[in-house]
Amino acid sequence: MSEIRVQLPAHLRQLARCEREVQVDAEATQRAVLDALELRYPALRGTIRDPRTGVRRPFVRFYACEEDLSHESPDAPLPEPVAAGREPLLVIGAMAGG
Amino acid sequence: MSGVRVLVGTRKGAFVLTSDEARRDWQVDGPHFPGWEVYHLNGSPADPDRLYAAPSGGWFGQVIQRSDDGGRTWDPVGNDFQYIGDPGTHQWYDGSLRPWEFTRVWHLAPSTSDPDTVLAGVQDAALFKTTDAGQTWTELPGLREQGNGPKWQPGAGGMCLHTILVDPADEDRIYVAISAAGVFRTQDGGKNWQPVNKGLLSGEIPSAAAEVGHCVHNLAMHPSRPQTLFMQKHWDVMRTDDGADSWREVSGNLPTDFGFPIGVHAHEPETIYVVPITSDSHHFPPEGKLRVYRSRTGGDEWEPLTSGLPQENCYVNVLRDAMALDALPECGVYFGTTGGQVYGSADGGDNWTAIVRDLPAVLSVEVQTLP
Repeated sequence: MSEIRVQLPAHLRQLARCEREVQVDAEATQRAVLDALELRYPALRGTIRDPRTGVRRPFVRFYACEEDLSHESPDAPLPEPVAAGREPLLVIGAMAGG
Repeated sequence: MSGVRVLVGTRKGAFVLTSDEARRDWQVDGPHFPGWEVYHLNGSPADPDRLYAAPSGGWFGQVIQRSDDGGRTWDPVGNDFQYIGDPGTHQWYDGSLRPWEFTRVWHLAPSTSDPDTVLAGVQDAALFKTTDAGQTWTELPGLREQGNGPKWQPGAGGMCLHTILVDPADEDRIYVAISAAGVFRTQDGGKNWQPVNKGLLSGEIPSAAAEVGHCVHNLAMHPSRPQTLFMQKHWDVMRTDDGADSWREVSGNLPTDFGFPIGVHAHEPETIYVVPITSDSHHFPPEGKLRVYRSRTGGDEWEPLTSGLPQENCYVNVLRDAMALDALPECGVYFGTTGGQVYGSADGGDNWTAIVRDLPAVLSVEVQTLP
């Protein structure tokens, strides 16, 4: 478990009433980080991934360390700088129109 | 002092417009949920401070927000809308079969007696209910499973359940409308449903006797006459006086009988309002003139209402849920446009003013009459 930094887009910050960047205590995987994020901010349940299947919503992307991690396994280890808290995991609304 | 609260859902948030009984001076609050598409927000008749809103979006899906203070503050509540069982397939635009998939909430209908109970009409078409103020939502699957669901097909906006009317004298008697399936009725609180579309004629479908496939755009009911419903169909304005067992056309002298919303005067059950739109391919008013049409005879005979509305170069649309009427002694009428204007009339439609002119495209308008 470590402090993972997560940056959220405007729509989700508004919903969670949080700052752009939040920290959660979690294993360094997408699934564990999102589990911890939804536990801390229940209003985010269903907005990033399907609440039953856990599958990422189609127009949500995950970036970190200048890489697109969206298609990585949710249980794959996040990059070491994210796990070490030096870089944030970015939750992004995909470029899909106005 | 009495007054009104107009609830406006737009492409980029919600707005709350309030005024006193005179309805001359307005306070505009918003945007609430900026950036979210708010297909609908609505107030509880049982507790006017209890509001529900349905912001959604392509990126982050559906959320439901609840206010307990008349729209000043909001809190997210439950947003898990799961069909019961395997929902199967429905028709797609090209006639192929497509799995039922939840997309968004189109319409919220709070109970007249319990502020914690709300019905929600969704896309792909189904009816959900909460009895815990929005924390959890449960499908009433009898509608989707009543036999002809696989024949339903989407209208241009998606296969949406967009209208919910509950008989105020018998809350077990509910009518819903689905584009493009038609009207459905339950008499047992939502367990069993039947299509009630007899008399609807739709040129877009081959059989005049088709049980489903009708693109009903909106329904309206006066609470004192729950057996009488008025309908704006894709084309045709219709009415029924036998609880939807049969429908007849009342388009009469309208310049075009295409349109989206329909509403009933609060104190005159035979006074109804529509906004004629040129055609299904020209979603703007005929001749560039924005005219509300009023019938004081329950249809057939219509008069244009134009005072204060643009009568040249107006090419906005008025969507199906974007007209509402208050219940003040002098009935007020309100509607919003895709151009972002919200117009109001404090005299039953004789004279109009723009309450606001430059909102995002208006998706829905509701009004609460406050004590």
